[in-house]
Amino acid sequence: MTTMTSDLAHGEGLPPELDPARPLVASGNLRRRHVVSTFFSSLAVLATAFAVAVMVIVLWTVVSRGGSVISWDFLTKAPPLFGCAGGGIGRAIAGTGLIVAIATAIAMPLGILIALYTSEFASPRARSFIRLVLDLLNGLPSIVIGIFAFGLLVAGHHQSAFAGSFALSIIMLPLIARASQESLAQVPNGLREAANALGVGRRQSVLGVILPSAMSGILTGTILAVARAAGETAPLLIVSSIYKGSYSFDFFGSAIPNIPVEIFRLSESADPAGYERAWGAALVLVIFILATSVLGRMLFARSKAKASR
Amino acid sequence: MARPRLRISDRVGDRLLLSATGLASAIAVLLLVLIAWQVFKGSGTAFHKFGFGFLTGTTWKPNFNQYGAGTLLFGTFVTGVFALFLAAPIGIAIGLYLSLMAPPRVRAIIGPVVEMLAAIPSVIIGFWGILVLAPFLVKHAEPQLHSTVGFIPLFGLPQTNGASMFAAGLILTIMVIPIVASISRDLFDTVPRELQEGASALGATRWEMIRGVMLPTTASGLAATSFLGLGRALGEAIAVTQVIGAGTKINTSLYETGDTLASRLANQFQNATDQLQTSSLFYLGALLLIIGLGSNLLAQWIGRRFAVQKAHA
Repeated sequence: MTTMTSDLAHGEGLPPELDPARPLVASGNLRRRHVVSTFFSSLAVLATAFAVAVMVIVLWTVVSRGGSVISWDFLTKAPPLFGCAGGGIGRAIAGTGLIVAIATAIAMPLGILIALYTSEFASPRARSFIRLVLDLLNGLPSIVIGIFAFGLLVAGHHQSAFAGSFALSIIMLPLIARASQESLAQVPNGLREAANALGVGRRQSVLGVILPSAMSGILTGTILAVARAAGETAPLLIVSSIYKGSYSFDFFGSAIPNIPVEIFRLSESADPAGYERAWGAALVLVIFILATSVLGRMLFARSKAKASR
Repeated sequence: MARPRLRISDRVGDRLLLSATGLASAIAVLLLVLIAWQVFKGSGTAFHKFGFGFLTGTTWKPNFNQYGAGTLLFGTFVTGVFALFLAAPIGIAIGLYLSLMAPPRVRAIIGPVVEMLAAIPSVIIGFWGILVLAPFLVKHAEPQLHSTVGFIPLFGLPQTNGASMFAAGLILTIMVIPIVASISRDLFDTVPRELQEGASALGATRWEMIRGVMLPTTASGLAATSFLGLGRALGEAIAVTQVIGAGTKINTSLYETGDTLASRLANQFQNATDQLQTSSLFYLGALLLIIGLGSNLLAQWIGRRFAVQKAHA
């Protein structure tokens, strides 16, 4: 505006701004606004670049330092005897697999049942209450769940892998239940009505029609919960970490080795040789977790594509 | 007119399904109650001995039966707020980028990459923190900050070791960013297109559209997200324990060591020697439980107010 009046003031005839062939360029106040906008936009790009860079640096460190450690022996052998070189994390891998598998076996059916209750049976008030409870469970620090499992199952007895599975299942439960709820909500109401119109009971319509069509979303949620539980360290540190010498796989009677606690112990010790093994274990864990997350996402994308078709 | 009746096996089946699902839901509710009860019960001995003075006491000497959570509350608060102050703006900026600016193909790649940062286990981030990040901070970042803004007591003289509240705060920032980013992206995606296009049609630049439309419509959702992130940061045990250095004093400088509630719990629980120590650690757990539930409820409450406002609009 200001430029135009000033040009008009000292110009005879038409100001040069009105030349129709001249490209449109912001000037004055508008230019300042564009500069401000570009500045903030580039901050947003910068923030995103920062997060991606952190991700890349962490992954690159784990891969470059852990990659040289990984070998067949490392993945399958028992840890080295005190002071010896070599040895692996075979038992820890098996232990984590077992603990997470049992946790899933506890949390998955329970989570699906909760989701079925809230989406098919519950009154709106009960639904929002249970949703709140699940959110609160999800928001509890994992170490609090660890000391809960300790107080319930370990105090007065001894550490056990089962207590670890129990604690992990509490962490997985809200994740699976919420994912299942969302997946059940995606089931078109037409399906429910069609089942009702056929005159079948609720049990048949729920178990025969509604649950199967929500299954891929439920599986995705479970896979993501497994990825989360596999790396959870704090509860296992409290209920399944003292396994020196006791390498029996006595699931209910003793702690069993597992990858997260192994990494934690090696990282807390001052022995650089231990660090190497910790990087190796970290790489194994990261590969497992990223692979399961990607698998879960792919499954989710496929089921979404199917649903929209 | 008689209603068509289900066969008896169907009716029994319906009942069974209803009670199984209802029972499962009751278990979830019971679980939450049981967790609270167990944690409070465990802290009983310490509560009887120290009462609420536990919250302000700054000595933690297992050998002298002296326990207090003051230092830990301080450390928890400082690292959590530090992480939130960095992570909330960065996370929201990422949400804005992904929701408004990124081309669909970039969004499809970067969105999951940022979310996967949240999937990396805390024990690995902490391990990376103590071996890679902390040495870098001590050698480069901390002296730099000290020489430029050293007049603020927060940025004192760098310590030798690298384990510090500063490192812990940064590690927590890294862990909170993906949470804030992915939720705020989803929030921005819910802002009606007409509002965004209306602002653009009135000649608003992108930043003016963000400031005038996107941020005000999502403000309470963003606040709720930040509280969720804060709750996560306050409760994180493992990664913090690895980088914070288990300090026992309250220091004004961020470069000194410190400790948090969760970190002390992770650090000492296995080695607790007597009942009073275990009970004091349970007391810390009870404080964490209250903080966790509190931040979550606050986030829920803000989020609900947000939903109500939207319904009225």
